[in-house]
Amino acid sequence: MSEVPENLKYTREHEWVRLEDDGTVTVGITDHAQQALGELVYVELPEADTELGGGDACAVVESVKAASDVYAPLAGTVSAINEALEGEPDLVNNSPYDDGWLLRLFPSDAAALDEMLDAEMYQQFLAESED
Amino acid sequence: MPFIPHTDDELRDMLATIGVASIDELFDEIPDALRIDGLQNVPAGLDEAGITRLMTARAARDDGAVSFLGAGAYEHYIPAAVWDIATRGEFYSAYTPYQAEASQGTLQVIYEFQTMMTGLTGLQVSNASLYDGATAFAEACLMAVRANRKSRSRRILVSRGLHPAYRAVGKAILEGQGIELTELPLRDGRVDVAALPADEKPDYAALVLQQPNFLGSIEDADALTDWAAARDMLVIGVCNPLSLALLKPPGEWGEAGADIACGEGQPLGIPVSSGGPYFGYLVCRDKLVRQMPGRIVGRTVDLNGEPGFTLTLQAREQHIRRSKATSNICTNQGLMVTAATIYMTLLGAEGLRRNAGQCHANTRELAARLAALDGVSLAFDQFFHEAVLILDRPVAPVLATLAEHDIVGGLDLSKDYPELGHALLVCATEMRTAAEIDAYVATLAQALQDSQAA
Amino acid sequence: MRESLIFEQSRPGRRARAVAGDEAPSVGLAAAQLRAEPPLLPEVSELQAVRHFTRLSQQNFSIDTHFYPLGSCTMKYNPKICNRLAMLPGFANRHPLGPVSHGQGFMECMYELQDMLAAVTGMAEFSLTPMAGAQGEFAGVAMIMAYHRSRNDHERREIIVPDAAHGTNPATATMCGCTVREIPTRADGDVDLEALRAAVGPQTAGIMLTNPSTLGVFERQILQVADLVHDAGGLLYYDGANLNAILGRAFPGAMGFDVIHLNLHKTFSTPHGGGGPGSGAVGVGEILRPFLPMPVVGKRDGEFVWLTEQDRPQSIGRLSAFMGNAGILLRAYVYMRLLGADGMRRVADFATLNANYLMKRLREAGFQIAYPERRASHEFIVSLKDVARDTGITAMDFAKALLDRGFHAPTTYFPLLVPECLLIEPTETETRDDLDAFAEALIDIREQARTDPAQVREAPLSTPVRRLDDVRAARQLDLAWRPAD
Repeated sequence: MSEVPENLKYTREHEWVRLEDDGTVTVGITDHAQQALGELVYVELPEADTELGGGDACAVVESVKAASDVYAPLAGTVSAINEALEGEPDLVNNSPYDDGWLLRLFPSDAAALDEMLDAEMYQQFLAESED
Repeated sequence: MPFIPHTDDELRDMLATIGVASIDELFDEIPDALRIDGLQNVPAGLDEAGITRLMTARAARDDGAVSFLGAGAYEHYIPAAVWDIATRGEFYSAYTPYQAEASQGTLQVIYEFQTMMTGLTGLQVSNASLYDGATAFAEACLMAVRANRKSRSRRILVSRGLHPAYRAVGKAILEGQGIELTELPLRDGRVDVAALPADEKPDYAALVLQQPNFLGSIEDADALTDWAAARDMLVIGVCNPLSLALLKPPGEWGEAGADIACGEGQPLGIPVSSGGPYFGYLVCRDKLVRQMPGRIVGRTVDLNGEPGFTLTLQAREQHIRRSKATSNICTNQGLMVTAATIYMTLLGAEGLRRNAGQCHANTRELAARLAALDGVSLAFDQFFHEAVLILDRPVAPVLATLAEHDIVGGLDLSKDYPELGHALLVCATEMRTAAEIDAYVATLAQALQDSQAA
Repeated sequence: MRESLIFEQSRPGRRARAVAGDEAPSVGLAAAQLRAEPPLLPEVSELQAVRHFTRLSQQNFSIDTHFYPLGSCTMKYNPKICNRLAMLPGFANRHPLGPVSHGQGFMECMYELQDMLAAVTGMAEFSLTPMAGAQGEFAGVAMIMAYHRSRNDHERREIIVPDAAHGTNPATATMCGCTVREIPTRADGDVDLEALRAAVGPQTAGIMLTNPSTLGVFERQILQVADLVHDAGGLLYYDGANLNAILGRAFPGAMGFDVIHLNLHKTFSTPHGGGGPGSGAVGVGEILRPFLPMPVVGKRDGEFVWLTEQDRPQSIGRLSAFMGNAGILLRAYVYMRLLGADGMRRVADFATLNANYLMKRLREAGFQIAYPERRASHEFIVSLKDVARDTGITAMDFAKALLDRGFHAPTTYFPLLVPECLLIEPTETETRDDLDAFAEALIDIREQARTDPAQVREAPLSTPVRRLDDVRAARQLDLAWRPAD
């Protein structure tokens, strides 16, 4: 079973989102997603200041056998990226919700957060896709 | 039955095992309307002696000419060991090394090849090869467009000194993705530095420079590289790999070096053989590795900690990324790369350098001798192993006369470079002897005289 | 067993002396144009080089040494004579831009090859220039797009592919500036016609199909598929990867395909060469003829000539610097002339026989066949899902264990639709004895999976290296040797 922290929001594309105190949101991929991909060997991130539309492909997580797009969970401007991933992509495997975060956004409409899945809904979504 | 090992008894037993009465029954899922009885308009089979007679006669028809033609394909001496080893069944009849443990031979050859290409070009990462020089150029352009995050342009500035067929291939491959090639004019056989776009931030992802260029001339690669780099353009060098034994490698052009080098690998031990199979090489800076199309071999360790080789970075490729792959390419020219690796090993840096020097010297000799004839002059003087001669009359009939004497006299440039007038591109590799050069000079002199008289 | 790198065998000043010319001729180039340091290349003797590369060759599995049932790749015997004749000096030394007066022998072969390929596929005309299957695909989709453009139909930018398609199909569509729409496959292996009906429309440029499909079965509704796509204004593209299954038995041209590429390195037995060169000749029906890539060999007044963009102004242009992999095309030509009409039909007959026989043997041994109700084409799929569930031994473990038993592995994990799959293609050139031995090996591995799974996971043990660390290879890139400082 994969870990699904209570305090985060989730998407059906297996991204998590956390609203920070400064109004930005942090984005990563879920424990379930990193397990499905296997050991990551590379993470491609956008450049800071890139403007993203909701659902835009904004990063790529790559394992030996697969490469998956990460989609912007909401529209906004990239304010920071996790530069540590360049040398240590396995941070995403070892710490998907913490050290393995991917990027931060200034959301253009933070209200979109409310439409995302909460932990319970995401867990239910995972259980349904198991079948 | 050619190449089919089954005896009648085996066929019968196998049909019985399957539970069908005949081979025909195995095709019963093909709709009736589509099933055919056999092939028409295809000749009956020949035995091995018969096909040997036929092909030997046809090959003999094409044999015997002495060639002074280069233009992207060059006749060099190929040591016997190269193809003797490359065509060993273990190389010749193996497939892509997806099962690494069963393919260490092919994988190590490619790793050694990659190392050699980085040495020749002065750049850090080589792939396992692409189809040919022209497609390597097209892939380099795609790479540059993907990689150049600063410009985000979909236009590429291409020297008119790039092989005309490469430009044509580039157009065919790139136009579907809306990538546009803009031509940079030549002056005196080289890129005209004065005619470079004046604006400080021109809208181009990359500059493409062939060195030596199609006309044989040596470009001012340092100045052009610096000009492009100052404008956030990547620099792609298209280079004859043999010339790199002698000339400054792309990785050392200008202040920062070119970003990508590519070109035709044929001069490294591959026969000219009507245009293929050859191989394209593609080498880039470290930081562009993720944009590299095609196969790449890496060294790693096995379960025992012993070194071994495997295909790596495969997640960029079509079989995993499908519609988002860096390219649809799923092959390299493995056999040609094997031959080229053996060739470079046998020659070494010194052998390649001498070879390149000999080609240069032979072509200088040929060009000087031909230019001394009445009605012939040398167009440009800074060249590697090809030179442009200007005749006082159309080139095509002159080449036809030379061909009657079994001399392939070079390439008529009037179609691709009409601005040069009656221009002829000639090349004399190390293969051309003094006697052959004498014969060319004498035959051309006679031909010019005869047609003058006529 | 490890063979050291050629660079590690290098000693400064050692020469192979395979090439004459001891004195470097004086060079008339400016010093600023020359390289300062010689390139990093090995310095070894000719014997060292010969031993090194010969030993490396011995670390490969190949058709000449092993049964190689790699599904979708048609690893059949490559006749030696094809190579020998293609390397004759008259062919090897002919310059691609040389005068046609000195190329009639070669051009006659190419002219006849174009005609023979048209005759065995039921297409109108062929261009030989694409240098691999993927380039043939590119040519095909580019022609489809050029056709729509020529009719001012600029809205058609969507290519339909079945979910079972080769990865090259969607990658090619992207390269041609198209978007991709996938349609599902039914449980019986045929295309879901209802999904196709829903997918086609004024945006449809075409559909790319392999038939028999990558699932090892013949698409029985191909004529309905063709009607649906044509009625919607799209064209049909045939991926010829599996032509070996129907050569002399059915024409792609008659199935409604407008354009087709052939992998000459599969069906027509040119060498795979450790991963190329291939050859992806493209054929077209009448409506796409004007768009064929150039050059093509034509015939005028009894002489063979090159047709170029001047002759075919609507051509999609050039895909190679010259005319493609000419030497490979010669090998395919020799192969076709050796087999002749009857020999080529026997290719499909015996490839299909071998596949169905091996499938039956494995089925009787209790292996799970992915499409048990269907005839195999020239290949078929075994799913090891149940074995993996019961023993933890995966398709990849089976692949590695086969290497220890002297067989190259089948294709694993493709097509993506079937979990834990082996795609097995025995080809027509294998004996029944080899098929039986291969079946026994799979049975033996399954037995070991049940009794001693740890041992299976250790495989391979007989190869020059054991399983390699792919993650390390991708994380700590080591793509070229560097001398120690």
